[in-house]
Amino acid sequence: MQEWIASLRPEWRMGLVVLGVLVLASIAVWALRRARSGKDFSELRSRVRAWWVMAGVFFAAIALSPMLSVAFFGLMSFWALKEFITLMRTRPADHGALALAFLAVAVQYVLVGMHWYGMFIIFIPVYMSLLVPIRLVLARETSGFVAAAAQIQWGLMAFVFGLSHMAYTLTSSTWVAAGLNGRASLLFLVFVTEMSDVLQYVWGKTLGRHKIIPSVSPNKTWEGFLGGIGSTVVLSLAIRFLTPFGLGETLLVAAIVAVAGFFGGAVMSAIKRDFGVKDFGSLIPGHGGMLDRVDSLCFAAPVFFHYVNYFHA
Amino acid sequence: MRPSEAGETEGAEVVPPARPRGATALQIAFFLLFVRPFLLLFIGLRVRGGANLPRTDPFVLIANHSSHLDTLSLLSLFPLRRLARIQPVAAADYFERNRVVSWLSRSFFNILPIARRDITAQNDPIRRMVAALRAGRSLILFPEGTRGAANEVGHFHTGIARLATLLPEIAIVPAYLENMGRALPKGQFVPVPIFCEIRVGQPLCPRGNRKEIVVELEEAVRRLREPS
Repeated sequence: MQEWIASLRPEWRMGLVVLGVLVLASIAVWALRRARSGKDFSELRSRVRAWWVMAGVFFAAIALSPMLSVAFFGLMSFWALKEFITLMRTRPADHGALALAFLAVAVQYVLVGMHWYGMFIIFIPVYMSLLVPIRLVLARETSGFVAAAAQIQWGLMAFVFGLSHMAYTLTSSTWVAAGLNGRASLLFLVFVTEMSDVLQYVWGKTLGRHKIIPSVSPNKTWEGFLGGIGSTVVLSLAIRFLTPFGLGETLLVAAIVAVAGFFGGAVMSAIKRDFGVKDFGSLIPGHGGMLDRVDSLCFAAPVFFHYVNYFHA
Repeated sequence: MRPSEAGETEGAEVVPPARPRGATALQIAFFLLFVRPFLLLFIGLRVRGGANLPRTDPFVLIANHSSHLDTLSLLSLFPLRRLARIQPVAAADYFERNRVVSWLSRSFFNILPIARRDITAQNDPIRRMVAALRAGRSLILFPEGTRGAANEVGHFHTGIARLATLLPEIAIVPAYLENMGRALPKGQFVPVPIFCEIRVGQPLCPRGNRKEIVVELEEAVRRLREPS
């Protein structure tokens, strides 16, 4: 058995790890419901069930074919940007620039598919940051101009540029040339980020007392932050087989990813506060919209990608 | 006196223009292959209160109007086989402005064209609507008369009240359309994928004089605008 597991490619070994975690989570929920039959665990149940679906879809998307993976992440960005722009207070004059922003999603992921790193890395920060205000100025409406330009560009940076680093991690040809396994690296990033989210939530719920940023999110506590990130960093050692890192570096990268993810979540909470909503949408039962689930990844993905790209590729 | 007031209840029934050949199949294919996937995946249309829609025709569905997406999304609420029996009431001066547009409007949307200007006893819009309803077809009607700003409910014209007075037993279903005017505003041709929502209210059979009926229906749509 052990030999068989050791002979598997790292991504399939990771599949077994995720399967084990999900089975354990489902058993835990079942045990909780039996132990305390009076309490309502429907929220927890639907969350765990959604994790099964998300894990299944994610593994299918990255396992089947590289082009399918790029399309999957493209759809993810599309849906996230859609949720963000729906909540934005758009003006009729923004129409053309908004259409351009959605077109940029397709262009960005085509660049990923072409492995054109030079353009992938500047298209949104340089060209879209020029094109958006150009299109807005052609609409000849100055009232609310800066707010519109800034919000559209920021949405593109976080939800398209940021998230597209996941797709680039998966398909980068320079990484392959350097002997890196893109799929395994992506799994490490996603698993650490999501595990950190869940563990911060669990620690916060059980021991949370001292709030970090009460005006933004009452659920974020020092206990949750330190406990969640601390336990994530320790657990990340168990999936070191996915990475090119040594022991110390694994701890360091897991910490960087978890902290970036924490701030991604906090920033998206602040946006929800500003827009006056509880969730970004209703795509995933128990979780909210796409943005409620990928909020941490928007920040963690670019930070992780550029760390590996700089030091290992 | 309005042109058709005298013979409103009696008078010759106005025969609605026949649809182009094969239009029913064309419309079903269009909705199945294009409209529904587009609304589901691109727009992300959400429907609330869909159970309030009558299962049988005829009835009148009214809503606020700010976009070409309005008709598309309201028609998408119904099973495909009912499409042939549901007619959006549309301004002839716009949707029949030339032969191509007219053929497209009638084939793909099954419109009931009505005159907005130069109304005579022959082309009286209300009589056309009454005739269609008596023939068992349901209507989609935008009582504001034209497309307005997104997410606002403007003042209704009195035509809907005349219709309700002539056919007091007909169910009038109010609906509120959210964000369609942001996704595809008047004067634009490229839609932007902003999430849209339809909120359908309970069917009404308003009573009273025309002004009271107009106010009641306007209020019904406006109430659906407030998020519950």
